[in-house]
Amino acid sequence: MKRVAIIGAGSTKHRERSPEQSYREMIFEAARMAYKDAGISHKEVESFVTCAEDFTEGYSIADEYTPDQLGAVLKPMQTVPGDFIQGLATAYMMIQSGLFRIVAVEAHSKYSNIKTPNEVAAFAFDPVYNRPLGFNPHFVAGLEMNRYLNDTGATATQCAAVVVKNRKNALKNPLAAYGAELKISDIEGSEEISWPLRKADVSERADGSVVMVVADADAARSLSKRPVWINGLGWASDTPGLETREWGRAVYAELAAKMAYRMASIKDPAKEIDVVEVDDEYSYKELQHLEALSICEKGTAGKLILEGKIAPNTSGGSLGMGHLLEASGAARTYEVLMQLRGDAGERQLKKADAGLAQSWRGVPTTTGAVIILGNS
Amino acid sequence: MVLEKFELKGTGLKSQAVKDGSVLTMPCNPKLQYSWDTGQAVGRYLDGLKEGKLIGKKCGGCNRIMIPPRMFCELCFKDTGDWVELEDTGKVNTFSICHVNWDASRLPQGALPHLPAVIEIDGASEGMGILHVLGEADPKEIKIGMKVKAVWKTANERAGAITDIRYFKPLR
Repeated sequence: MKRVAIIGAGSTKHRERSPEQSYREMIFEAARMAYKDAGISHKEVESFVTCAEDFTEGYSIADEYTPDQLGAVLKPMQTVPGDFIQGLATAYMMIQSGLFRIVAVEAHSKYSNIKTPNEVAAFAFDPVYNRPLGFNPHFVAGLEMNRYLNDTGATATQCAAVVVKNRKNALKNPLAAYGAELKISDIEGSEEISWPLRKADVSERADGSVVMVVADADAARSLSKRPVWINGLGWASDTPGLETREWGRAVYAELAAKMAYRMASIKDPAKEIDVVEVDDEYSYKELQHLEALSICEKGTAGKLILEGKIAPNTSGGSLGMGHLLEASGAARTYEVLMQLRGDAGERQLKKADAGLAQSWRGVPTTTGAVIILGNS
Repeated sequence: MVLEKFELKGTGLKSQAVKDGSVLTMPCNPKLQYSWDTGQAVGRYLDGLKEGKLIGKKCGGCNRIMIPPRMFCELCFKDTGDWVELEDTGKVNTFSICHVNWDASRLPQGALPHLPAVIEIDGASEGMGILHVLGEADPKEIKIGMKVKAVWKTANERAGAITDIRYFKPLR
């Protein structure tokens, strides 16, 4: 197989609202940054992938509206109705096919423009079995958190420690919207949403856009001084059925990781991976995902986080940066990229040669993706 | 739908069975609402419409004058430059004579057909224009390339929307 690298990236700041920019203007800002970072013009990008859902965009066939702001006029482009890491996987396959050498991938959130977000979320539920029951979509996270805590012995306090850590990390991330200095008691004192889930366990949403440029080895070496290589990719889905899925474990993440580790020849992820960015849409998800990715043993993630023995999500995660819908995996990947390039500023880890980013598409989905990046 | 007009083997489904609910369906009436940030380009364009003006923007790279305006040139991929006030006249790029409503129901017998048209605005670069409707026009006399002029709502009626222009009428 060819080697494929990420040679450029751009991200707007994540913000609760972004009224001075249309989504087109926001995407243009990220795309221009990414092409500049890659040292190319938009004309050199041969194909484009966007990641979006029509119901969150508020447009039917929303992908038809994306070429202009990406510099993709009259070029091949397509939309993946999935997470950004799935978009990167699509770009990877496009390059492997030999059809293209340089592909740009985009994802964004204009969540603040959705005036009925709970209706949009509820619209994802099965219309026969689930919708008539009339629960708020967060109830799914409550069900899952309860079973996860029950099965592993993890505690709500350990989940609260995830929130404290990520919101604090976000204070050092200029892209983050929700940095804060909090105490565990602040989290445990926040109102119950769907027990055992509390309000502070849920990441706030944000507006933002991320664009990355992916290239084959020849193009990457000639264009970029510091390409970051895609060494592994994986993605998988558990059943959509709320009645039959595995509630205690994130099976989709286990399978996605297995696929990515096999591709990257990783035998001992905890030792071989320096930078770990995982989905933390809900606090317990960070723990569940870390265990699914074999970064630590089942049932130990919470204890290790509380004791400060592992410290994933230097970016601040979705809890600290703001959840970007299908672009959340982009924010995770962006942080790994910055760490591997040595561009993470105050957050820079001493050793950062191999990294992992993982995404989950949120309630009520059971789809996740994993990407392994390396400096070699 | 009249099911009886189809010849089916076995026990035919009767229209009445659908009506009385013995054929089961799950109804869905989603309440999906959005409020898009117009951003700078569209915002200024809508402000212009409210003032009874057509506002475009010029790209310093390719020198195109674009309407509706945009903050970036999609061809040069850089920031656009000056705002430009354009004429409210133009010429018909293409048009159609439409006998159905948006929901595909037919217009009543004798009603004037809808006249959607793409209008290239004077002063903007070739091919730059807006989609609108023609009025005060005999469908038989409309031609591609015909000169037209905007008929605006009164200042009090204008709300900062594309409908602040009632229609474009032939310029005689």
